[in-house]
Amino acid sequence: MIDVQNITKRYGHHTAIDRVTFSVAKGEVLAFLGPNGAGKTTTMRILTCFMPPTEGTARVAGYDCLNEPMEVKRRIGYLPETPPVYQELTVTEYLTFVGRLRGLTGQTLTSALDRSIERLQLGSVRHRLIANLSRGYRQRVGLAQALLHDPPVLILDEPTVGLDPKQIIEIRELIKSLVGSHSVILSTHILPEATAVCQRVVIINGGRIVAEDTPEQLSARLRQSEKISVIIKTPPADCEERLRAMPGVLNVFPGQGTGNFLVECALGHDLRDELARFIVSRGWGLLELKTISMTLEDVFLRLTRHEEGLSQSPEPAAAVTSNLEPSVQEAAS
Amino acid sequence: MTPVQAVIAKELRGYFVSPIVYVVGSVFLFIFGFLAYIYVKFTGAQAIQLMQLQGGMAQINLNDLVFRNLFASMRFVLLIILPILTMRLFAEERKLRTFEFLLTSPIGIHEIVAGKFMSVLLIYLGLLGLTGLVPTVLMLFSDFDWNPVLTGYLGMALLGALFLSVGLFASALTENQIVAAFVGFGTLLTFWLISGLGALLGDTTAGRVVSYLSFMEHYDRLVRGLIDTADLVYFGSGLALMLFLTYRVVESARWK
Repeated sequence: MIDVQNITKRYGHHTAIDRVTFSVAKGEVLAFLGPNGAGKTTTMRILTCFMPPTEGTARVAGYDCLNEPMEVKRRIGYLPETPPVYQELTVTEYLTFVGRLRGLTGQTLTSALDRSIERLQLGSVRHRLIANLSRGYRQRVGLAQALLHDPPVLILDEPTVGLDPKQIIEIRELIKSLVGSHSVILSTHILPEATAVCQRVVIINGGRIVAEDTPEQLSARLRQSEKISVIIKTPPADCEERLRAMPGVLNVFPGQGTGNFLVECALGHDLRDELARFIVSRGWGLLELKTISMTLEDVFLRLTRHEEGLSQSPEPAAAVTSNLEPSVQEAAS
Repeated sequence: MTPVQAVIAKELRGYFVSPIVYVVGSVFLFIFGFLAYIYVKFTGAQAIQLMQLQGGMAQINLNDLVFRNLFASMRFVLLIILPILTMRLFAEERKLRTFEFLLTSPIGIHEIVAGKFMSVLLIYLGLLGLTGLVPTVLMLFSDFDWNPVLTGYLGMALLGALFLSVGLFASALTENQIVAAFVGFGTLLTFWLISGLGALLGDTTAGRVVSYLSFMEHYDRLVRGLIDTADLVYFGSGLALMLFLTYRVVESARWK
């Protein structure tokens, strides 16, 4: 549905995005993840035909963004960073205006309006001036605008900014409900959001794509070994050595506080059962035992911090694994 | 409703919700009425003087003494008032970040420019229509030739349209409404003042070119009751040029 090939955007000498390539299948939700200034908004502006790329091609629903912008615009619902609302209009007037710009008329317009208002629960404010609405409501009006003409492609720039936690969950549910029928790109720097609603994540930093995969696989790919955290009530002095001597254990690091250890074992070997028995049978007193999985947050920080090292590597994700070890140590100590 | 009509409707709504139209409209109508009153009073005083000198009825020409002066004075009023009407058109969109939304909507830039221009033109023509009360009331009490009055109105309409297009262009340049208004004033004032430069240069080629570029002589001919194709071409081409430049500025804003 969306196909981006090697797009580059330069502002004078500043390169905002550099040879970005990715694609989104029909019905897929893709998260665009990156720190502020990474090039997320620039990429979205190119896809929505607001600005042309310096190099490369972007196609939406089979139409080229540069040569057939009208066809592309007709098929996109776009929510920019700031909800594009007119304060002097009421919600209904605003959405009517948006619908007319997109060529909706008569009965089609009325039903599109009602559907959109219902979907974003704007019924109670539909006759109020947008100027008098809270930030959260304005954001929802912005989303209603993007969904109004039921476009096959949705581009949402930080759709949950400014919403309260309940509204965030509602919006995420809404985005999830679009899976299958709509192709969605949403940009965010809130990681749980990407994990919650997206099938695929593209991590962008400094204008380049540094990783692209499902959230689960991204963290799995960056994990070199299984890590188990144990807390022991009365550890003997040689506890660390004796744990390390256990079959299957690769390494043991002391954790925070006495009796806290981080046991590392080979990928795919779950040693929790053996560890528990080992400690209990010696009467050390097992207080806690849990696996430590890498969250998307860790992945994200690794990838975006070690950007320089990555650019020389053909396989970005593989290059980071070596950088992973010290960070876990830091975190544990 | 076509997209252009939607833009016009939305802009009109914006104008009437904000105080701009009410303030600008009242000031415009007040000044028009006030000037008309002054010129009529002045003409009346002259008539009395003439009657005392000559005895009997004096021939007073309302067209020359009231309408020509009134229309000539309105040039300056339009120059000040119209950039205030147009300043918000694009500047506000940029400020409130709705500009990006408009440009990513399936509507051409020419349609956006046309819609915005027509909305403000409609407001201006509406105000101009209201001033029609002045000649209508005068008609009840006196006798004058309607033709120069109508060409004067045509002149006001054309001059206003040209000023509005300059204001629209200025508004597209910036996201600051005050700056947009001042760029509008400045440009219009320059085109006023170059008529003085033209007079100074006299009947040389340069002088004629400079005088042609100023709106003064074109407007004056219409106010005097002359419809010359050359003047219509001046207003038409000026308008077209300004709208085209606005189109280019809006288009180029995407590249930055």
